[in-house]
Amino acid sequence: MSDKNSLLEARGIGKSFLGITALDGVDFTLERGEIHALLGENGAGKSTLIKILTGVYSRDHGNMWLDGAEVTPANVAEAQALGIGTVYQEVNLLENLTVAENLFLGRQPRRFGLIDRREMRRRSQALLSRYGLDIDVDALLSSYSVAVRQIVAIARAVDLSGKVLVLDEPTASLDAHEVEMLFSVLSKLREDGLGIIIITHFLNQVYAVADRVTVLRNGRLVGTKKLAELPRLELISMMLGRELQHITREHQAQEETVASTAEAPIRFSGYGKRGSVAPFDLHIRPGEVVGVAGLLGSGRTETAFLLFGIDRADSGTATVDDRNITLSSPEAAITNGFGFCPEERKTDGIIGDFSVADNIALALQARQGWSKPISSREKAALAESFIKSLDIRPADAERPIKFLSGGNQQKAILARWLATNPRLLILDEPTRGIDIGAHAEILKMIERLCAEGMSLVVISSELEELTAVAHRVIVLSDRRHVAELSGDRLTADNIMQAIASSARMEAAE
Amino acid sequence: MIHSRNLPFVTTLGIFVVAYALCVMQFPNMLSTRVIGNLLTDNAFLGIAAVGMTFVILSGGIDLSIGSVIAFTSVFTAVMVGSLGVHPLIAFAAVLVISTLFGSLMGAMIRYLGIPPFVVTLAGMFLARGAAYLISTESVPISHEMIDAIQGFYFRFPGGGRLTALAMLMLAVFLIGAFVAGRTRFGANVYAIGGSQQSAELMGVPVGSTTVGIYALSGFLSGLAGIAYTLYTSSGYSLATVGVELDAIAAVVIGGTLLTGGVGLVAGTFVGILIQGLIQTYIVFDGTLSSWWTKIVIGVLLFVFIVLQRGIIWYSNRKLAESRLTASAQKS
Ligand SMILES: Nc1ncnc2c1ncn2[C@@H]1O[C@H](COP(=O)(O)OP(=O)(O)OP(=O)(O)O)[C@@H](O)[C@H]1O
Ligand SMILES: [Mg+2]
Repeated sequence: MSDKNSLLEARGIGKSFLGITALDGVDFTLERGEIHALLGENGAGKSTLIKILTGVYSRDHGNMWLDGAEVTPANVAEAQALGIGTVYQEVNLLENLTVAENLFLGRQPRRFGLIDRREMRRRSQALLSRYGLDIDVDALLSSYSVAVRQIVAIARAVDLSGKVLVLDEPTASLDAHEVEMLFSVLSKLREDGLGIIIITHFLNQVYAVADRVTVLRNGRLVGTKKLAELPRLELISMMLGRELQHITREHQAQEETVASTAEAPIRFSGYGKRGSVAPFDLHIRPGEVVGVAGLLGSGRTETAFLLFGIDRADSGTATVDDRNITLSSPEAAITNGFGFCPEERKTDGIIGDFSVADNIALALQARQGWSKPISSREKAALAESFIKSLDIRPADAERPIKFLSGGNQQKAILARWLATNPRLLILDEPTRGIDIGAHAEILKMIERLCAEGMSLVVISSELEELTAVAHRVIVLSDRRHVAELSGDRLTADNIMQAIASSARMEAAE
Repeated sequence: MIHSRNLPFVTTLGIFVVAYALCVMQFPNMLSTRVIGNLLTDNAFLGIAAVGMTFVILSGGIDLSIGSVIAFTSVFTAVMVGSLGVHPLIAFAAVLVISTLFGSLMGAMIRYLGIPPFVVTLAGMFLARGAAYLISTESVPISHEMIDAIQGFYFRFPGGGRLTALAMLMLAVFLIGAFVAGRTRFGANVYAIGGSQQSAELMGVPVGSTTVGIYALSGFLSGLAGIAYTLYTSSGYSLATVGVELDAIAAVVIGGTLLTGGVGLVAGTFVGILIQGLIQTYIVFDGTLSSWWTKIVIGVLLFVFIVLQRGIIWYSNRKLAESRLTASAQKS
């Protein structure tokens, strides 16, 4: 029987998909008034456990109790009726509906049996104002940025959760300020006695907000601990089952070599677009990693869009090997040997029914032209090598990619661009949603590719990561390139300072 | 401000008004209640069926069985009333039950067997047509005092036009359909499923019952359209209404509903029907044009609208990019 005090309790949960065991005898307990982090590597089974608890999947084994009573939600609607609100990893709500319609789908306020739109609008505004969001709730969801959509999804789930709130990687597209706002809402809900489960790969956030942590590895329970009593390194080794090898920087030596090949073959001069990014100069040498830092909305992604021809520049020139090029479209950029791994790859990049191997080969095939198909042997070899080097799990190249966990799908998309062997690869947030072990692998891979002469532009909000991989970092603020840091001056603190001081300057203006 | 999702509807309405004005300039007589009344009556059965089709397309599906179900209904009613002497009301109730069940069955197959709507309703199309032939291959006349009474019932507009029972039935169906789509949870769920079935499911939308409900509704309205058609022609004929489902789809698309689902209005379909009726009326007034011009103009309009929809998607994507920029500019 269950422990009467727990809010939600699951015992011996087991689930397998087509012969793959995703969960094996997992116990999980959520108390009232706690924030409980659920951690583990990509593919550990976190999302699967959530989906079982919230009625998306049916479990093969085990039982669960809510408030001491045994429950088996058969679908999301039943879970919601029980007071469990969830933001799933892959859901971004419905773009064809308005914000208000999304917030109240399935529970619209009604008068005389008909939906009361005015009431719905009023309540939506009230709901979102708790998150500092003052937007037109009658506009389509698709007219807002990913971050706003994410907040709307969270607001909906919070409002739905009478007892339990589940958030599967909710902060992946939020900036620091929004994360803070979310956490203050969560703390308030905790005081109200709600139980909150949060999945994230940001350990800082785990320590900032959670009370206890449950770690899964390969579908098994590793343990549940109080965070206050758990040193970070121990938590990491619980997750990985081994110590994390530290990424050693060998930049000093490299910098010399990069600097000595003085001529940069890829040059952007006075490149910019009105209303998007102010004109900037960017010269990229072979083997160089250029980091791009800045707050969300400072023009980071817009810079990437310009470099890859998604947006057309209206000033400046681009040259490759002293040859003028026109980046009028992504195709043009690809022809010039550019590659771009976008921030929203999770939703945009994946063709679910294609196998992992097909997904990886896609960009390479496009570059070669469809008249010269890649043989299935080549494809398999390509997939094998990336599955190994990026540690994509399960290591089965023929599995449809939709059956992979979120983080493993991202690794496959990264592999897709790496496979084209571009001379300039632009990565927008390359390690979002990727677990800490794979994170290190990806950084190592970046170093190796650069040693082979590829140039990289890496956009990231994680300053530690930038300083670890980049040779120099361009700092953006308010759509302008405000500073460039390299050598000894390249530290996370200096980047922060550059962002802050330029913001201050603007305030003073 | 016009939200971009209403833009197709507003465009359709604009096209209708302009086209009507042009017609009236050429034939001033077209601006009479008589013409309008006839237009509504002549298109009543198509309009009723098109409301069901709107729901189906909004959910991202398609229903190809409509024309056959109308034919089946009309033959079935005609034989029951004309040959077997059953009271019309009983016959009507029976066909509505049958067509609704038929629709639910198709919906259940789509949902629970995972067969695409195109395939299921294509099979349904053959099945219903075959069943109609089985009942009778002749044109079966029908006459009953009650049917005569319905046919003879109308309100007179000033100017001599008639608002017949059939036209009223169609208007009522459009009105109720608009309310169901816009103001009920069922309607909201239809839009949600059309947007993304997976997301809708994860947001707690009862996808199964809604899908069955959508095709049941389409079946019911096809049955009702069949009754309207029987009343309109005073007979039942199993070879009739071939391809009506395509006319219905055309009305829905011209009315601004996206074929991919999730975006559109029942009112748009009404304007779509009016536009089709207007073209037919114009051809009648002109007197020299072949009636096939109706099809040609509808074909052209469909092209125009599909291009227009592409344009709107492109435009709203651009708007999205711009608003994202201004939003983040405000933030920093
Ligand atoms: N619908 C499915 N069909 C087949 N296999 C699945 C399905 N969903 C998950 N799996 C498999 O179950 C395992 C656990 O996946 P899950 O999504 O729970 O991982 P996760 O811990 O959420 O990882 P991530 O951090 O990458 O999101 C993976 O090996 C995955 O491939
Ligand atoms: Mg996951």
